[in-house]
Amino acid sequence: MVIDHDVIVLGAGLAGMRAALEAARDGANVAIVTKVHPIRSHSSAAQGGINAAIGEGDSWESHAFDTIKGSDYLADQDAVEVMVREAPQDIIEFEHMGVIFYRNEEGRLGTRAFGGASQARTYFVGDITGQALLVTLYDQILKAGVKVYEEWFATKLYMDGGACCGVVALEMVTGELHLLRAKAVIVAAGGMGRLYEPSTNALICTGDGYSLAYRAGAPLMDMAMVQYHPTTLAGSGFLMTEAARGEGAYLLNSLGERFMKKYAPNKMELAARDVTSRAEATEIAEGRGIDGNVLLDLRHLGPEVILKKLPQIHEMALDYLSIDMIKEPVPVRPGMHYEMGGIKTDVEGATVIAGLYAAGEVACVSVHGGNRLGANSLLDTIVFGRRSGRAAAGYAKGTPPNRGGEDVLRAEQERLQQLLARSYTGETCAGLRLELATMMDEKVGLYRSDAGLHQALEALRGFRKRYENVAVGDKGRVFNQALTFVLELGYLLDCGETVIRDAIVRKESRGAHTHVDYPERNDADWLKHTLLTLHRDREEPEVSHVPVTITRWKPEVRTY
Amino acid sequence: MQFTIEVGRYNPEGVYADDAQPGLPFPPPWDKSPVRRYQTYTVDLPEHAVVLDALIAIREYLDPSLAVRCACRSAICGSCGMWINGHANLACKSKLAAFSQGGKTRVESPPSMPLIRDLVCDMKPFWDKHLAVRPWLENKQPTPPADREYRVPNASMEELIQEVSCISCGVCLMDCESFAVDQDFLGPQALAQAYRYAGDPRDDKTKERLGQYSGPGGIWDCTHCFECVQQCPKGVAPLDQILKLRKMAVDAGFTHNPGTRHADAFAESVKHSGRLNELTLMPKSTGLFNIVGQLKTLPSAINMARAGKLPPLIHKSIPGVERIRKIFQRVGGRFK
Repeated sequence: MVIDHDVIVLGAGLAGMRAALEAARDGANVAIVTKVHPIRSHSSAAQGGINAAIGEGDSWESHAFDTIKGSDYLADQDAVEVMVREAPQDIIEFEHMGVIFYRNEEGRLGTRAFGGASQARTYFVGDITGQALLVTLYDQILKAGVKVYEEWFATKLYMDGGACCGVVALEMVTGELHLLRAKAVIVAAGGMGRLYEPSTNALICTGDGYSLAYRAGAPLMDMAMVQYHPTTLAGSGFLMTEAARGEGAYLLNSLGERFMKKYAPNKMELAARDVTSRAEATEIAEGRGIDGNVLLDLRHLGPEVILKKLPQIHEMALDYLSIDMIKEPVPVRPGMHYEMGGIKTDVEGATVIAGLYAAGEVACVSVHGGNRLGANSLLDTIVFGRRSGRAAAGYAKGTPPNRGGEDVLRAEQERLQQLLARSYTGETCAGLRLELATMMDEKVGLYRSDAGLHQALEALRGFRKRYENVAVGDKGRVFNQALTFVLELGYLLDCGETVIRDAIVRKESRGAHTHVDYPERNDADWLKHTLLTLHRDREEPEVSHVPVTITRWKPEVRTY
Repeated sequence: MQFTIEVGRYNPEGVYADDAQPGLPFPPPWDKSPVRRYQTYTVDLPEHAVVLDALIAIREYLDPSLAVRCACRSAICGSCGMWINGHANLACKSKLAAFSQGGKTRVESPPSMPLIRDLVCDMKPFWDKHLAVRPWLENKQPTPPADREYRVPNASMEELIQEVSCISCGVCLMDCESFAVDQDFLGPQALAQAYRYAGDPRDDKTKERLGQYSGPGGIWDCTHCFECVQQCPKGVAPLDQILKLRKMAVDAGFTHNPGTRHADAFAESVKHSGRLNELTLMPKSTGLFNIVGQLKTLPSAINMARAGKLPPLIHKSIPGVERIRKIFQRVGGRFK
């Protein structure tokens, strides 16, 4: 089937739905294409809150500085300025939509403290802030009557004459492949956490958007910047929100010491995430861990704070480790959490490709640079979701509809048929994914080295060869997840390759990229972004650089 | 540790493994779904593993054709609601060791929902109900300026966090007794969301909402079986929200419906005689002057009489009924 819209949004998390809502408000005929129901999107897993400088005594300049310092000066300062200046209005808008934000005694929006911030400026709903925003936004999408193609899996961006003109997607329930033509496409397909094992991310975070845009020729920027969250649950790797430390929880080593005093004497447990994760790794490596973990101690907060403000993580520790955090500390360790890099966009969400926009985790504006501050990701999604929706709708107004693409649809049908026809050779999709993800955690994780990164690239080449032999273990049409898993693994391989190549290129340590062979930050040579662009008929991406935009905050030594 | 899982398989294209057993061990009376086959798998997992761990292990290493929705693995995304040993649960929150009965756990798509494939059901009835309660804020006027929030007490926001915690997994609806017999019943999740907006001090359409929810398929069609309270993985307790809506609706004057009349007749009878007069309950609920409605209940009454189930014609008060009346006096409100 061929379907036409003005704007197609790929992904239905916060960025995608916010973009769709804005495009609809601007009069565009907009539709969302999403591989899971919008409510299942991973935005719902964001727990702690969303940042904005609203309160008295706070200022957008302070929020901007904290974000830029947190980014280890790799964020573009003009982009950060846009985000933090528009933050208050966007959050108030969500309040007007019905989000039940926590209030202070005067009945006004109240805050909690968060990592790397010089003020308590994180607005929240218990420890389910992402979920509260997501369900409210979903209800707004229902109210606006935006068309949603649920459980439609995108396999390719439809490119025509150098412009992006739509998406090819597989309808899971029928197994039918469709061409959705549009004047503009917004990629808001979320992160790539499944590239790492373990990860806090859901099983659906498979880097679809990065890969689709990369294969269409859009440059990916600063992919090496992969955030490890300091507090992920031992074993399962589930997220224990930073809000726990924001509310006052301690990190302890096996000696019972609050070890952060050695690494961040001023901010202690509320240092930026890269700093805290490395501190934990050092404690563990030097023998002061407990079975490869440190302890997150909330006991002194008391049952009232834990049960009212952090009920979800209390329940998760109880469910998955049988630990009651009111009575016992919880073993945690750094775990892969977020990709700061992504599809390069400007502050309107526009990529270098006409008609192609991106927003949310999959995009790189760049507001997070080398390290994202906690509670800035939700902000990123709603500010740049809105801006990309408006920009895409505006672009669509002046663009004639595309009438082609049937050949692209047929070629995709052919490609999937061939994939389905492969016979089993002993190589499984899950096995290969696990090997890839374990390798990434080991060699392209919290610490990187030249030797390790080159081994990683070599390993990745091997995985790519083996991927050619992965058969689809289900030949049916209806809800063939075996087929989509194989496609997702292909996306992850692209993500892996760009992360590794970017990490090899950057010969310094900055933010989340800690290079043991180049342990210092090197502003003289590396105060710049790395772009990886895949050109047609070339196997290896072209590497290029663009300068970081510095407006008023000159790079300084970064301590917490 | 070895766990044995019996998985209800269904493939509309008719492709099954050779060892899949047809049939349903205990088909529920309302099951309209196509015939499933049961396939048994044995998986080796840690002692604390959950049902979803087993399903993922099966899908990844034993049988890639098994279709199952899942994403977060930690009871946040709401994808993996399904029947486990005959009750709806989240697979990611159900410990295998606790559910294992006679050495195995039975997992299948809930019979109350249309089946697509294996453990994947069609959630359309669920989302339709969600939409039907108009689940969005109708802003109380005047809306504050764009740089100002509504000023409301934190307690009024905290009051709603229980409903906002709903992850739309559908577990409550899958096991809802009223939904099983009446597809038009709005169901626990939608009504909990109805309260989430009706109970929001920033909402402007409370009265219209209560009118809508008091109609057929609404708040009075819940039978208080408590299944939704028991099965909800997030403590939303939908029945509690339905009861709050009932109180709000009656207080707002929406009393001309069988639900309110039933509640009133119930209370009046207990106040009058200290116990329930079942003979008058039905006519009073239907409405004493609703002749057509009364006639419709006649066949049931005749059937009951034939089966010897008709309550005694003479209704006696219990001893000490005055004390019951005093309780009503003390509680006050509508039945003082």
